[in-house]
Amino acid sequence: MTIAPEFENLTVGDVVAERELRFTRDSLVRYAGASGDFNPIHYRDDVAQSVGLPGVLAHGMLTMGAAGSVATDWLGSAAWVRDYQSRFTRPVPVDAREGASVTVTATIAAIDVEARTARVDLKVVFEGATVLGKAQLLAAFA
Amino acid sequence: MVNPKIQGREYPPTAPYLVGREKVREFARAVQSDSPLHLDPEAARAAGYSDVVAPPTFAVVVQEATLAQLLADPEAGVDFSRVVHGDQRFSYTRPIVAGDELTATLTIAAVKQLGGNSMVTASSSIADVSGAHVVTAISTLVVRGEDA
Repeated sequence: MTIAPEFENLTVGDVVAERELRFTRDSLVRYAGASGDFNPIHYRDDVAQSVGLPGVLAHGMLTMGAAGSVATDWLGSAAWVRDYQSRFTRPVPVDAREGASVTVTATIAAIDVEARTARVDLKVVFEGATVLGKAQLLAAFA
Repeated sequence: MVNPKIQGREYPPTAPYLVGREKVREFARAVQSDSPLHLDPEAARAAGYSDVVAPPTFAVVVQEATLAQLLADPEAGVDFSRVVHGDQRFSYTRPIVAGDELTATLTIAAVKQLGGNSMVTASSSIADVSGAHVVTAISTLVVRGEDA
């Protein structure tokens, strides 16, 4: 485990966490079961292709959730999440054999000393392009 | 096209959802978290919580029943096969913890028509058994038009 961050030591612009996420078909089935989102475009190529997609896509909420985990695993018990938002700007196709790799970079974007909150911006990239827009997590420190 | 008259509509509260410890763990693993707060009740208690803490996007599990209400509303005219998730937001008053019994109330905050598509902003206010607000989950659903 990493050492919990301290609010006083945060600086705007600091990259606080980075992770490469691996999504496979197994990850998608697992997320479908955990979340209750059983839209077949997330596990059946034939259904995905019938609506004009290249094949099975990761759930946008899986990408958002796993990107959030990069920030919250770093925060640990030092803070809780008051707000988390994202736009879904690009799909992440998940190949049956190769899966998909997505990189997440978490950066401190703003600090409110009075409120003891820090905004963590998440840059989420698949094959050179960002897939989430305005992915921002507001962490409230004790 | 989504019926613009559903803007402002409030749906009845959903049946209570009891947040289970194993469900929180399952969800945490699915979003690839290894934080002990989500997985280990002892670690969660040491941090001041009564049980494991749900990851921030866990609220979708509770929100889902409200989106089902919208899709089942014949007056709304939302065709599920044409729905794309545009954006998502969670605004918390406090974290969700295993043992919480949560009820969600959906309000259609906005319906807009844009370039042949409809954009529906669905806001689900989630409260605990005492009626206190826990989190509001807001989804923008893009419903592609017949020609899109």
